[in-house]
Amino acid sequence: MPNAEHQPLVGLFVTCLADMFRPTVAFATVRLLEQAGCIVEVPEKQTCCGQPAFNSGDRKTTQDIAKMTIEAFDGYEYVVGPSGSCIGMLHYYADLFDEGDPWKARAEDLKARAFEITSFLVDKLDFDKISAQYDGTITYHDSCSGLRQLGVKQQPRKLLSKVDNLELEEMEEAETCCGFGGTFCVKYPDISNRMVSNKSEFISASGADTLVGGDLGCLLNMAGKLKREGKSVEARHVVEILAGMLDQPAIGEADADKYALAKQV
Amino acid sequence: MQIKSPEFKENARIALQDVGLQKALGNLKAGFPVKRAAAVERMPEFEDLRDQARDLKNHILENLDIYLEQFESKVVENGGHVHWARTSEDACKTILDICQQVGAKTVTKGKSMVSEEVNLNEYLEKNGIEPVETDLGEYILQLREDHPSHIIAPAIHLNLEDVSEAFHKHHHRPKSDDPAVLMQEAREMLRKKFVAADVGITGANFCVAETGSTIIVTNEGNGDLTQTLPKTHIVITSIEKVVPTLEDMTLFQRLLARSATGQEFTVYNTLSTGPRREGDQDGPENFHVVLVDNGRSEMVGTELQDMLRCIRCSACMNHCPVYGAVGGHSYGWVYPGPMGSVLTPQMIGIENAGLLPNASTFCGKCESVCPVRIPLPKLMRHWRENEFEKHLSPKAVRYGISGWGFFAKRPALYRWVSRSSAWFMKKMAGKKGRINKLPLAGGWTDWRDMPAPEGQTFMDQWKQGKR
Repeated sequence: MPNAEHQPLVGLFVTCLADMFRPTVAFATVRLLEQAGCIVEVPEKQTCCGQPAFNSGDRKTTQDIAKMTIEAFDGYEYVVGPSGSCIGMLHYYADLFDEGDPWKARAEDLKARAFEITSFLVDKLDFDKISAQYDGTITYHDSCSGLRQLGVKQQPRKLLSKVDNLELEEMEEAETCCGFGGTFCVKYPDISNRMVSNKSEFISASGADTLVGGDLGCLLNMAGKLKREGKSVEARHVVEILAGMLDQPAIGEADADKYALAKQV
Repeated sequence: MQIKSPEFKENARIALQDVGLQKALGNLKAGFPVKRAAAVERMPEFEDLRDQARDLKNHILENLDIYLEQFESKVVENGGHVHWARTSEDACKTILDICQQVGAKTVTKGKSMVSEEVNLNEYLEKNGIEPVETDLGEYILQLREDHPSHIIAPAIHLNLEDVSEAFHKHHHRPKSDDPAVLMQEAREMLRKKFVAADVGITGANFCVAETGSTIIVTNEGNGDLTQTLPKTHIVITSIEKVVPTLEDMTLFQRLLARSATGQEFTVYNTLSTGPRREGDQDGPENFHVVLVDNGRSEMVGTELQDMLRCIRCSACMNHCPVYGAVGGHSYGWVYPGPMGSVLTPQMIGIENAGLLPNASTFCGKCESVCPVRIPLPKLMRHWRENEFEKHLSPKAVRYGISGWGFFAKRPALYRWVSRSSAWFMKKMAGKKGRINKLPLAGGWTDWRDMPAPEGQTFMDQWKQGKR
């Protein structure tokens, strides 16, 4: 940590999918940030990063959402979220405004403050005091935006290496897209299916019992495929493991009681 | 070539079920990307070269008129001719005129994607001239009345059985499954054509302004025979291929082969500088260069200018998971993969090619391997914006996005939608933890389950003080 006295004020970018599908991911992110000495707040005015509009070519709507998000996170030293894709979108805001537009400068400013959670902990805070245990072998999927736009590759692995009992078995083509692609998976369902089928094979072949990644969109896609194929591999977001928040069943697994029962059986 | 880009989805659906094609695509994936990675690994300065190549291309594009005029005057000085073709029709007509002037009956052709772009073969055939493709892949395709599905490995969609079948049918020889025998057969057939041809047509990888030279890089040597044996050599290429000097050309050569096939260098690198001079032992008597525009000059000065840096290495498609799933023919026109998804809308209109720039997850792999650092996802997004502005995107997308945008701009409403959806989906899933069939999301649940939400949204729980 740069300064033991200083407690960075972090605005949590929750992300739509964590908010709606898997609040545990947002709670785990908060826990990790607090463990790393940050003060975490959750700005009310945030919704979505705007990616669906951006990737559908609707620049006007994207700009409106960008302005709202920029305002929502004014005054925070850092903006951190559990997704390379959504934080990557925050980084694109600067491209939405013309040179000389005051919003451009504000967007650039947001870009400099916005981080994906594992990259923030490792690159910005140099934090690695993970106190968690995971009894299993995981394999890690590198989601595209985090990997290629934000350079997230070693950071999650570095943090995972601090988790007791956890073993990492890399799969083949860990860096190949899973076929989610936001609206792509519903616009081109059969191509997306081929891509996620390939992924599912590589995941199985790794021999891992848990698939871990840093983006819920990709995880929902891959978990949904693994479950449809009747595979026993479970899927979890990396922060759940790092924060030791494993009370919820893994993504797409049966409800808690049944889950506990099944585990016993 | 008939435009089939509007049927991209149907093409892709069929391609995904084509067992032979899928086998061939598997070979591609295991080949080029692995070899490229090894070649890059062996060359520590590769990333620096990519920067240099990007910068040099940008410089060229900013001074395109100057370098093209320099190239033209050098070609003329060397005794050759330069023809400017604004459209495909202009290019075909120019070439036909030259062929007719020399009384040509057959022409041999080296591999040229620009000639595919302008649909040259069909035009020549219609006018009584027989074009013979001499690149092995192109030759196979010509026998099968097929088209390239890849810009450097045109017959990559075929397997050995297909080639064996085509040769047996057209060469009237015993059927063989031995690549060496097939190769020998093609050689024998083509040798006669090389000698008989009145005109040789090749493309050009680069046009060198300081010397007026064109260069082709090949691995088969067919290009050399195509351009040295006939009396007339016609080069058909496009305006963005010009480079200032021979030394500049070598920068691109170093990147091209490594990015394409993972070779350090292609086997043949053949320069043509004007017609045969007095005392030369070989070479054509007439040398023509046809410079095709076809919408390229309109890209200069726009966001699409970056696309003109392309050196046609094919790395983007070799690494693209969408291309790898559906193959090149699905794209429905000459240029497939990410580079095609950017170029095709410019050349045949976004109204015909709108599905192509949308057929990407924006995974960014293409940009990460592009030797001249073209921001391909950004340019595909440019077309999506263009499509959206022109109200060409499907109604479902337009209404869907504006409806969603209405809520996304209003946090309280958005909370309410998230809350209701989480509750509803949780209810649907019951204790299973996932949903097999979700109304309005058939694209998802036809192929995979929808994992159920936990139930309450994060925002609600956070407000209630849960930590």
